[in-house]
Amino acid sequence: MNRCDILDVKKTILEDNDADANLLRENLRNKRTFYMNVMSSPGAGKTTTILATIKALSSKYKVGVLQADIDSDVDALTILNAGFPCIQLHTGGMCHLDADMSRQAIKRLYEVSSEEHYDVIILENVGNLVCPAEFDTGASMDVVILSVPEGDDKPLKYPLVFEKSEAVIINKIDALPVFDFDMVKVHEGVRMRNQTSKVFPVSALNGDGMDAWYEFLMTKVEAWQNG
Amino acid sequence: MHELGVVFYVIKDVANVAVENKVSTVNSVTLEIGEVSGIVHDYLIDCWNWARKKEPCVENAELKIETIDAVTFCENCEKNYPTVAYGKICPHCGSDKTYLVTGNEFMIKEIAVPED
Ligand SMILES: Nc1nc2c(ncn2[C@@H]2O[C@H](COP(=O)(O)OP(=O)(O)OP(=O)(O)O)[C@@H](O)[C@H]2O)c(=O)[nH]1
Ligand SMILES: [Mg+2]
Ligand SMILES: [Zn+2]
Repeated sequence: MNRCDILDVKKTILEDNDADANLLRENLRNKRTFYMNVMSSPGAGKTTTILATIKALSSKYKVGVLQADIDSDVDALTILNAGFPCIQLHTGGMCHLDADMSRQAIKRLYEVSSEEHYDVIILENVGNLVCPAEFDTGASMDVVILSVPEGDDKPLKYPLVFEKSEAVIINKIDALPVFDFDMVKVHEGVRMRNQTSKVFPVSALNGDGMDAWYEFLMTKVEAWQNG
Repeated sequence: MHELGVVFYVIKDVANVAVENKVSTVNSVTLEIGEVSGIVHDYLIDCWNWARKKEPCVENAELKIETIDAVTFCENCEKNYPTVAYGKICPHCGSDKTYLVTGNEFMIKEIAVPED
């Protein structure tokens, strides 16, 4: 074998992304844009919840959506067909989005919509409870959606995403009668991971519980824009 | 399952170090990975072997992984214990007031480059 020199590196691997995410967050704060990262397992109801949420916010705020998907664009079409600006990002097989991909996507959203200013930009992250949680996207707020059919034990099994999410949306409560999902247990699980996060039991489909979520979100947007 | 994403970060960092040190090729890259960092070593190496072909300076570089043992500290009895065997509950006193001391690391330790 050839002789070689050793170069010490000693560098934490996601350090650059963390710094980059903080930079993006500061830029967005200066521009008074609230950037929300929505995470969940596949099919938990991200698109349905986001669509209902942008409809509710649109009377007060200019809202745009970023759709991250490994390969398809059905979710982006859903948002566009409802009349809201949206861009599709393909992660090319990657299971998550990082700060730099966020920045580029936001830039592209401005370009394609020729909009001057967005108050709120919502990211639908890749459907997965593990990887997206590991990468800071530069979001002002992280949100996780857990749906009733997935079971009440998810906060125990996927600690990180529940640790970093300020809001936990328990979706598909209209399906509670047919599942053995325990609301008390899920609250306990969430509390173990994060002492201050807010839990919103909702049905994004029929609108139950959504008003409390909109109100919370609007308070957050206002606080972000004011300071 | 975010091994592929992570591999791209490693390659970017290594490419930067190579440029800073004015070397054009890297023989090997050594990572230090905590036992409970959630990274699957074999899968990481598969991702590496696929991704390195896209970056000339690491094209022929071998990925080496050193594992850092996971150790948890108990605030109640002030003792350490191995995390993987006992989890969150202290085997000495049964307390759950414990926290991870090591085992979460995910670092590039060093890279080997041809001697000049
Ligand atoms: N019963 C019920 N179904 C819902 C609810 N919210 C969403 N769904 C349904 O669940 C399915 C998946 O919803 P989506 O909003 O596409 O979920 P998603 O998380 O965006 O899915 P991916 O993007 O594929 O990961 C659809 O058939 C929705 O109609 C709800 O509150 N109750
Ligand atoms: Mg969707
Ligand atoms: Zn103890």
